[in-house]
Amino acid sequence: MQRQVALIKQSLFDQGYLDEQFMELEELQDDANPNFVEEVSTLYFKDSARLINNIDQALERGSFDFNRLDSYMHQFKGSSTSIGANKVKAECTKFREYCRAGNAEGCLRTFQQLKKEHSTLRKKLEHYFQLARQAGPKETARRPK
Amino acid sequence: MINPGHGRGPDSGSNSDPFPAGLRVLVVDDDPTCLMILERMLRTCLYRVTKCNRAEIALSLLRKNKNGFDIVISDVHMPDMDGFKLLEHVGLEMDLPVIMMSADDSKSVVLKGVTHGAVDYLIKPVRIEALKNIWQHVVRKKRNEWNVSEHSGGSLEDTGGDRDRQQQREDADNNSSSVNEGNWRSSRKRKEEEVDDQGDDKEDTSSLKKPRVVWSVELHQQFVAAVNQLGVDKAVPKKILEMMNVPGLTRENVASHLQKYRIYLRRLGGVSQHQGNMNHSFMTGQDPSYGPLSSLNGFDLQALAVAGQLPAQSLAQLQAAGLGRPSLTKPGMSVSPLVDQRSIFNFENPKIRFGDGHGQTINNVNKQMNLLHGVPTGMEPKQFAGSHMRVQQQIAGVRPGQNVQSSGMMLPVTDQLPRGGPSMLPSLGQQPMLSSSVSRRSDLTGAVAVRTSIPETNNRMSPATHSVFNNFSADLPQNSFPLASAPGISIPVSASYQEEVSSSDAKGGSSAATMATAGFGNPSYDIFNDFPQQQQHNNNINNRLNDWDLRNIGLVFSHQDAAAASAAFSTSDAYSSPSTQRKRRETDATVVADQGQNQQPPSRNLNHLNNVYMDGGSVRVKSERVAETMTCPPATTLFHEQYNQEDLMSALLKQV
Repeated sequence: MQRQVALIKQSLFDQGYLDEQFMELEELQDDANPNFVEEVSTLYFKDSARLINNIDQALERGSFDFNRLDSYMHQFKGSSTSIGANKVKAECTKFREYCRAGNAEGCLRTFQQLKKEHSTLRKKLEHYFQLARQAGPKETARRPK
Repeated sequence: MINPGHGRGPDSGSNSDPFPAGLRVLVVDDDPTCLMILERMLRTCLYRVTKCNRAEIALSLLRKNKNGFDIVISDVHMPDMDGFKLLEHVGLEMDLPVIMMSADDSKSVVLKGVTHGAVDYLIKPVRIEALKNIWQHVVRKKRNEWNVSEHSGGSLEDTGGDRDRQQQREDADNNSSSVNEGNWRSSRKRKEEEVDDQGDDKEDTSSLKKPRVVWSVELHQQFVAAVNQLGVDKAVPKKILEMMNVPGLTRENVASHLQKYRIYLRRLGGVSQHQGNMNHSFMTGQDPSYGPLSSLNGFDLQALAVAGQLPAQSLAQLQAAGLGRPSLTKPGMSVSPLVDQRSIFNFENPKIRFGDGHGQTINNVNKQMNLLHGVPTGMEPKQFAGSHMRVQQQIAGVRPGQNVQSSGMMLPVTDQLPRGGPSMLPSLGQQPMLSSSVSRRSDLTGAVAVRTSIPETNNRMSPATHSVFNNFSADLPQNSFPLASAPGISIPVSASYQEEVSSSDAKGGSSAATMATAGFGNPSYDIFNDFPQQQQHNNNINNRLNDWDLRNIGLVFSHQDAAAASAAFSTSDAYSSPSTQRKRRETDATVVADQGQNQQPPSRNLNHLNNVYMDGGSVRVKSERVAETMTCPPATTLFHEQYNQEDLMSALLKQV
């Protein structure tokens, strides 16, 4: 079981969903905060859902306020990098580049991709945490490999 | 505010001090995810964390509990208030180190953080490794403050408690292995400050809120514009006020704001990693050990305001700073002798205020020189080091076509004369050269810029005397000044003594200027020789000068000599002394309290003296630093002969 957890985690890294920041978070997990990573992730997905919603609305308005979009995306990027959501972060970066270039088309396209990555990660992490909880707290605090 | 024990922790190493555990951190980020992670990380570091998702709330927390935090970590991009704005407020109102962080790693943003005074800039994702070290910023700040306080506060009056405190500081320093490092750091800081002072103001758009006058963004921008136009160094409240031309605004408002602004700039300076090129002249020929001197200037610097008063003619900028350090710190240390030493810069300014000198006789000079005899030459280096008193004298003499740089010395290094000239004070009186040099006035030209700052209130002021160096061409072999060697005493070759008396109206009547004008007196006047009296004068003066705006009184007189060769210096008549105004300081203290800055460094006086000597059209730049302890009587008042007694007296009387 624990081995399975480790494998899943490893695959998340291997596939680029997560980066080393995620490991940093796991190291912050201790007996006093056994579920820290999961809690943070939950918070992240909750907050990022709000951001996605904001961006959705901004995009739906049709008139592109790139500054505003960029500002939203900056925050999105900030939180994504903080939990090590590597792929989401990459989309954020791309989005901001399109913002700066004034490329609405690129923004829309990237945003769709971003949402996809975001939701993929969410599922994968949920699955991972579920297994990890079953496997026991200690295992989750261990580095992959 | 952390307690000293905390501050000392990192330096003292293996003691049981839990520092940095318990460091009180305020972390501000609108992103809940980041905030949560940061909080967790900081707690893992055993810091005490307060988190906050709005900058406005953070600011009110800080205002409410001014001493409740040691350091602030703030996100840059926040909806309600930009992180830089928060940074500015914290910089202006609280003396706390602020670390900025952002996912934005663009150079411009990082640079902005640094120039706005952030002590660090963390790129998100923030790593715990980075957070583990943030205490260093707190310590650095404390150390800088210590340095400031160490060098100051040695008034005659503050003995007891203050002495104890100083002793503690000494101990702290002794314990630490990085004393020099610290000093260096602060000296670097000082340099940076000046650089930044010149460059960064433009970016400042902060608004400060004051109880009475609300410094709106617009108002502040006007203020900044005025300061920039005048030059940070030269801006004085009165002129700023004139330039701003805002009805209802008083000079006091401006003065107060300017003071904060300077503090702010200073802080910025301390933060930036760029080393400045300032004061090259000071550093010339100096070895690292001189670093501490600069650190003494904690105040630094901003060359204050004197500006308006000096004629813009000269190229050479001279700065003189006298350092006043607490001599009390080392028991058994004979401090007073040190104090007595004052370097005197002598300028021949034919014109000027004091200018119509009645020719005084050289005899006076000799007489005065005798005063110096009392100075023991045998001070132990250690003592000096301990007290941090370092007097350095550096003289570079340039002859026409010949560049001679002579002794830059630290006090401890007594007797080492580069040129092997006849050193030591005792010999001074006897030096024939002196008299002759004196007589040759025409050769002399000197410009001195004096900077002094005296941050804290309790201090006494010590009149700073500046030694005058006369450069006389032919008379001096190699242009090296033998005298310099004295035990840390910079004794000018020149025979004339110049005493400085602080007066508010010093020159040109630019009132606002925080200047202490120098009174030049004849030795025959007891006043100068009598410290108490002088002090009295100073005190009186101080009382009168409420309006000095700068917390640090730095006086810079720059004389620029257009022709370099000519008697440009003549314009520089008043050299101010570092005397501090007590009153002003009180005011400052109040202001500070309002601002929540409780950490003002005790006062100290620093004078850096740079002399420019002109020899036959060549310009010589000397830098001299004199450390003066306040505890000593300014026995060595030097009066230039040119300055007649009436002038001196009038200056004094005016003040009284």
